[in-house]
Amino acid sequence: MAAEVAIEITKTFPARACISAELKYELQQATALVLFGPSGSGKTTVLRSIAGLEWPERGRIRFISRTWLDTAAGIRVAPQDRQIGYMAQDYALFPTHTVAGNIAYGLSALTAAERNRRVDEMVELFQLRGLETSKPRELSGGQQQRVALARAVAPRPQLLLLDEPLSALDIPTRMQLRGELRTLLKRLALPSIIVTHDWAETLSLGDLVAVMGEGQVIQVGSPQEVFCRPANATVAQIVGVETVIEGHVIEEADGLATVRVNGTLLKGLGGYAIGSPVFVCVRAEDVVLEQGSTGLTSARNHLNGKVIGIIPHGVMVHVKIDCGFPLVAMVTRGAQQELGIELGSPVVAIIKAGAVHLVARME
Amino acid sequence: MALLVIGLPIAYWLTFSKWRWKFLVESIVALPLVLPPTVLGFYILVAIGPHSPIGRLYTDIVGQTLPFSFQGLLVASILYSLPFAVQPFATAFDQVDRNLIEASWTLGLSKAKTFFKLIIPLSTAGVITGAVLSFAHTLGEFGVVLMVGGNIEGVTRTVSIDIYDDVQALNYSAAANTALFLLVVSYAVLLFIYAMNRKVWAVWPQK
Repeated sequence: MAAEVAIEITKTFPARACISAELKYELQQATALVLFGPSGSGKTTVLRSIAGLEWPERGRIRFISRTWLDTAAGIRVAPQDRQIGYMAQDYALFPTHTVAGNIAYGLSALTAAERNRRVDEMVELFQLRGLETSKPRELSGGQQQRVALARAVAPRPQLLLLDEPLSALDIPTRMQLRGELRTLLKRLALPSIIVTHDWAETLSLGDLVAVMGEGQVIQVGSPQEVFCRPANATVAQIVGVETVIEGHVIEEADGLATVRVNGTLLKGLGGYAIGSPVFVCVRAEDVVLEQGSTGLTSARNHLNGKVIGIIPHGVMVHVKIDCGFPLVAMVTRGAQQELGIELGSPVVAIIKAGAVHLVARME
Repeated sequence: MALLVIGLPIAYWLTFSKWRWKFLVESIVALPLVLPPTVLGFYILVAIGPHSPIGRLYTDIVGQTLPFSFQGLLVASILYSLPFAVQPFATAFDQVDRNLIEASWTLGLSKAKTFFKLIIPLSTAGVITGAVLSFAHTLGEFGVVLMVGGNIEGVTRTVSIDIYDDVQALNYSAAANTALFLLVVSYAVLLFIYAMNRKVWAVWPQK
């Protein structure tokens, strides 16, 4: 049987959309699947069902060759027997235990010596040296997150499940830990499923993205695929970022990064090392179109391009431009007519540096 | 002690069960709070008497009858004081964050292990409150004991019955001594519980 996770579950809620999700994904070493969607889309329910903390009314969950849930056959494997690592949104650290005690909590099957060795390994890996005897309430949000992750990983689970791993943190910490978490996940080489509603987290953490909306998995694909080629209007609306393209930071000055994308240079908000690979993300509504350059504006990015596609989108129009890379702009129908935008016409796309979002990626 | 063994599982079940008719059991456990002790005593007496199945079973196994013995008194006391133990336990368990319990499960600990390793340490104050309160309550009970235990000196005579006897015999000074003793013990017990729940000594780490 293929090394894959197959999920097919139905669960109804009073006064809410019912969840009927179907998802299948192949496990490769260290594949991180992101369940991405707005709140209430059922992503947490799917994650908790995989963990065995919630029981769908109908469905099957298979992990490699083991069946974890099959309501038709009456199989319900308890969370204790699934060998998973689960991290809740608020980390759920045990207040009565120290950091070391929290990490050792799931290791009762080991001998004392083995257990100490494993805890020590985890302390080293998650950079918790010096905090072993602290209680969780004495730690910062970022430290708590690392303890929670260390605790989940210590018993060597087969699958790691993270529920909104960064949402309990304040925004500056979140930005910083996003990169840290990605590096850790790669180093752990564990297949993981991560729930998030943040598109930047999705891009930086996921190898694979499953977009969820109203209880269903709508699209599964690589982050770039899902963001740039949404399967339908619902996905596009959930994702909300039309242009995602790979680039490299080539210069960093005054907090502003210059990124090279297919030979075109773009300026965006920085904070990245020179040479680091990034995703350049631009929302369509942040792109202003101009007919021939009229001169100076405050915006940092002026890109000459050619219209290669026009897609009506309600009262707005999505204009696809080739400016060294495909860029999507959103304008009103009136603006489209005034500017005479049609296929092949030359335009200048203007984007403020603040609207060029850079998200670190793995190469 | 016996109340701990019986009360903890009941409280656990009452807190975490999702059974929709749970309130039926809840009310039965709470019944001794409102029922006159004599009523409760009467039913227990009938239930454990030599003519009931329970009483017969006990006699077959142990060779003794339950009523008017220390063992019978124990059974009655447990039933009578159960709500005083179960309710603080259940309240304490209820305050334990569900997320912590789930985290423990996903870390591979069985429900029983999670209970002892996590839930009990997190609800120490509630468990002690329940244990002490029910113990104190057992000390001072009267009606049930009189019905089930009778009044046999050295076997089933409890402190409160002692006072009643003394007053009946117009032996006021002895009654006063025993009453004072009960008053002091009860007050001390309550002092202890309230102080502990306010964390006056901060022996138990704050959550």
